[in-house]
Amino acid sequence: MSSLYQQRKNVIILVMIVFMAVYIIRLFYLQVIDDSYKDDAMRNALREVIVHPPRGLIYDRNDSLLVFNEAAYDLMVVPKELHDFDTVDLCNTLDITKEELLKRLDKARKYSPLLPSVFEQQMSKEDYGYLQEKLYKFPGFFVQNRTLRSYPSAIAAHILGYVGEINDAQLKKDSYYQMGDYIGISGIEKSYEEELRGVKGRRMVLVDVHSRVQGSYKNGEEDIVARQGSNLWCTIDAQLQKYGEKLMANKRGSIVAIEPSTGEILCIVSTPSYDPNLLVGKQRSKNYTALLHDSVNVPLFNRALKAIYPPGSTFKLANGLIAQQEKVLNRNTIYNCGGGYRIGSHVIGCHHSGPTDLIAAVRSSCNTYFCRAFYNTVSNCRTIQEGYQIWKNHINQLGFGQCFNTDLPYESKGIIPSVEYFNRKYNGSWNGNTIVSMGIGQGEVCSTPLQMANLLAIIANRGYYYKPHVVKAIGSKNNPNRRYAQKIDAGINSEYFEPIIEGMKLAITSGTARAAAIEGIEMVGKTGTAQNPHGNDHSVFACFGPADNPQIAVFVLVENAGWGGTVAAPIASLIVEYYINREIKRTEVEKRILELSIK
Amino acid sequence: MMLTEKKQILSKGFDTYLIVIYVLLVIIGWFTIYSSSYDANDSFSLFNTDKAYSRQFIWILVSMALAVVLLLIDGRIYQNYAQYIYYACVLLIVSVLFFGTEISGAKAWIKIGSFSIQPIEFAKFATALMLAKFFCEGKTTSEKKNIWLFSFIIILVPAAIAILQKDTGSALVFFSFIILFYREGMNENVVLFGASLILVFVLTICLNELYTIAIITVGFIVAWIINRNQKKKIIRNILVYVLLIGFVFAVNFAYNSILQSHQRQRIDTILGQSIDPKGADFNLNQSKIAIGSGGFFGKGYLNGTQTKLNFVPEQSTDFIFCGIGEEWGFVGSLVIIALFMALIIRIIILSERHRNVFTRIYGYGVASIIFFHLLINIGMTIGLVPVIGIPLPYISYGGSSILGFTILLFVFIKLNDA
Repeated sequence: MSSLYQQRKNVIILVMIVFMAVYIIRLFYLQVIDDSYKDDAMRNALREVIVHPPRGLIYDRNDSLLVFNEAAYDLMVVPKELHDFDTVDLCNTLDITKEELLKRLDKARKYSPLLPSVFEQQMSKEDYGYLQEKLYKFPGFFVQNRTLRSYPSAIAAHILGYVGEINDAQLKKDSYYQMGDYIGISGIEKSYEEELRGVKGRRMVLVDVHSRVQGSYKNGEEDIVARQGSNLWCTIDAQLQKYGEKLMANKRGSIVAIEPSTGEILCIVSTPSYDPNLLVGKQRSKNYTALLHDSVNVPLFNRALKAIYPPGSTFKLANGLIAQQEKVLNRNTIYNCGGGYRIGSHVIGCHHSGPTDLIAAVRSSCNTYFCRAFYNTVSNCRTIQEGYQIWKNHINQLGFGQCFNTDLPYESKGIIPSVEYFNRKYNGSWNGNTIVSMGIGQGEVCSTPLQMANLLAIIANRGYYYKPHVVKAIGSKNNPNRRYAQKIDAGINSEYFEPIIEGMKLAITSGTARAAAIEGIEMVGKTGTAQNPHGNDHSVFACFGPADNPQIAVFVLVENAGWGGTVAAPIASLIVEYYINREIKRTEVEKRILELSIK
Repeated sequence: MMLTEKKQILSKGFDTYLIVIYVLLVIIGWFTIYSSSYDANDSFSLFNTDKAYSRQFIWILVSMALAVVLLLIDGRIYQNYAQYIYYACVLLIVSVLFFGTEISGAKAWIKIGSFSIQPIEFAKFATALMLAKFFCEGKTTSEKKNIWLFSFIIILVPAAIAILQKDTGSALVFFSFIILFYREGMNENVVLFGASLILVFVLTICLNELYTIAIITVGFIVAWIINRNQKKKIIRNILVYVLLIGFVFAVNFAYNSILQSHQRQRIDTILGQSIDPKGADFNLNQSKIAIGSGGFFGKGYLNGTQTKLNFVPEQSTDFIFCGIGEEWGFVGSLVIIALFMALIIRIIILSERHRNVFTRIYGYGVASIIFFHLLINIGMTIGLVPVIGIPLPYISYGGSSILGFTILLFVFIKLNDA
């Protein structure tokens, strides 16, 4: 009996050891041989969460906030992590149809089965709260914080630009971005995208079985902290901008104001405009489409940079400068005006007559004088081609016929025709008279409001300029934007500006631009009327002030408003008055402009 | 180590190996529980009863104090009062049916303040004592014929109550005494019969009752053809056949009518019958992922990701082995199994050596219970046995469990010393 039990004891121990041996083999297989569990564990527990840094804020030149960020929430989906879920519930929660849901999932799958893509954009706090409670029911979905742009005073829409979801082409170009990321699409948002966007961060988080975030992985050792984008300080004066937009309400056209000593744009208005808050959030694409298809107002079109107009009489200033520089005339040169400039049987009319010197010609905007001056300038060489090329070089140096390529996106070059263009047009047989209307800012020549404002800045500076730009400082106010700090010589000796400025002063006090006179500020200005073959002429005015210490150069163009002195001149002078005095004394002028509506 | 030395001073005769292994297991258990509830953001506090690890720490202190007390108490009382302890425990678990609290589907708990007691853990000890007493005395007094019947009744009573408490796992533990029965002379055929019951059980669920009956029938006809000359066992064989067929129907009925749906799913899963791969399969998969991702040396202490993030269900109780497998890898798993096997084999060897039959039988009872827990608990985490919720002795979180197993072991150590 005892040996039987002895044997049974051994059987028991043996069987136990055999069982445990099987377990150990199984464990060895699970833990050492089969690697698939390690990958599963990583997929199970680790999730890379991209931390989108808030974009940099944008301030005006006086530290008032133009653009800030608001929290929004994106619902993201990782197609590979999807399990069966209650689609009806999700559809109801997000208020979408089942077809829409399937379409979005399909799109996400096509982009990447493993990377998260945006499923529902920019949910409000309330929607997010509601969804958050149910999120555990939808494995594979998670919510990512985002920031949306917000514009407290809804001004300078064109120049600030807007951000939107990156498109496929941009996505391919720059690996920084992922589908659903936001990118600056126009304005400052676009030109300073790299500064504003900051640096994306990454958080490795551990998620539990319900995809709930449980904490950081390895105490955040592998995390990358998101760096907020740099703040920007615009050159824009928010109050002036606001005032400019107010003055231009119910009118079409633009105002460009530049600080001559720096090239900083103080205000840049293009009307009709839009509220930048429209191009934010869920309604963005709907609003954008509406704005894009508004063919009457074309609100998205930035006239200040992109619209090209015949510059009209204000262009005479440039021609007066070039003629002096080329020594075809000096301040004392007198041409006799017989009420017009005659080319064979054709006459370019002039509303004044008599012997006229340069100052008087500027003062009264004499067509005859500037036609002759232009004719003499381009005919000063052996051939018209050579003479025209010299003029063209000068006009290019003065900023016409080219883009400044600064932080203002989508500029138009305007039109300064080439020698070849005229050769082709006139079969090589052309002379100064053929193109003489360019002398008074008509004919083939076209410019943008920005270029005209820059011309005024050159005149105010007596011979040089800084490229017009809109960003003053990056990151900190003490870190000025040095990209455009290069002084550019306009190619005209400074003494040649004096008679021009003299004439412009007289235009204000006793000439064509009396509407622009401001008590206490010595103004320098020139009216213009840009011919418009499609309707009423455009009212144009260019000025700067004060004369001996120019702080602001302004160009105003109001479409279809007729002669420059009636509408553009008062607007420009109100801008100067407001900028320098911060108050308007000429309330009746202001009232008239505010009430004026031109369709 | 301090503690073991202390205990050695208390009595020179107590088995040092067992005490050392016990202390090691308890310490490993506490550290694993700490890890599975570890949160880097929380401050560490041993006496904050909100934390599983600090509650367990208190239970460990209580258990060790109890162990010292058990070593000081006269060992003879166990043999003398075995039946009263058993009856008291049966009464206690019956009372749970009426006054107990339901926790995760099983009405097996009595709430005392913020602590919950699971009396069935103590019933295991009481049953082992009762069986030891019964065999020890029954062999001399009772008729031998009835001894197996009564011993089955002794284990069936607590098992049946456990089933009524919907605690199937604990009910199954009582059948681990089969090991003890075998050692004490139960017919091998009975053990074989038990094994064939398990086979039939699996077949019935995996195939269906008709196929299983067909297979059994074919098996018996083949066996009859081979052994047709041995006519004297024919009646017994027919009886066995009828029993097996009856068992098929019983399993079928139990499976469809008695088992909870989650239990059914667990059994299905383990037998590869799962239709819903995300349901019951999920826990087992997570458990395998946790252990499998540990590799050879593990991810290091407190570095487990699966066990800390609730991927593994019941990670500090029934699935605590996942935490060990994940953080300590194959090496850690091996150490745990080795420690348990050393404990069990040591108990068996000491039991065999002991002069007192009561001690020997009780020792086998202890070894049976611990082995069964080890077998089921680790087996389920690696997908070799169905997911049955029973703790890993000394390691799993739970006051009743560690108290029960401490009593079980230290009573043996004390008896062994006598």
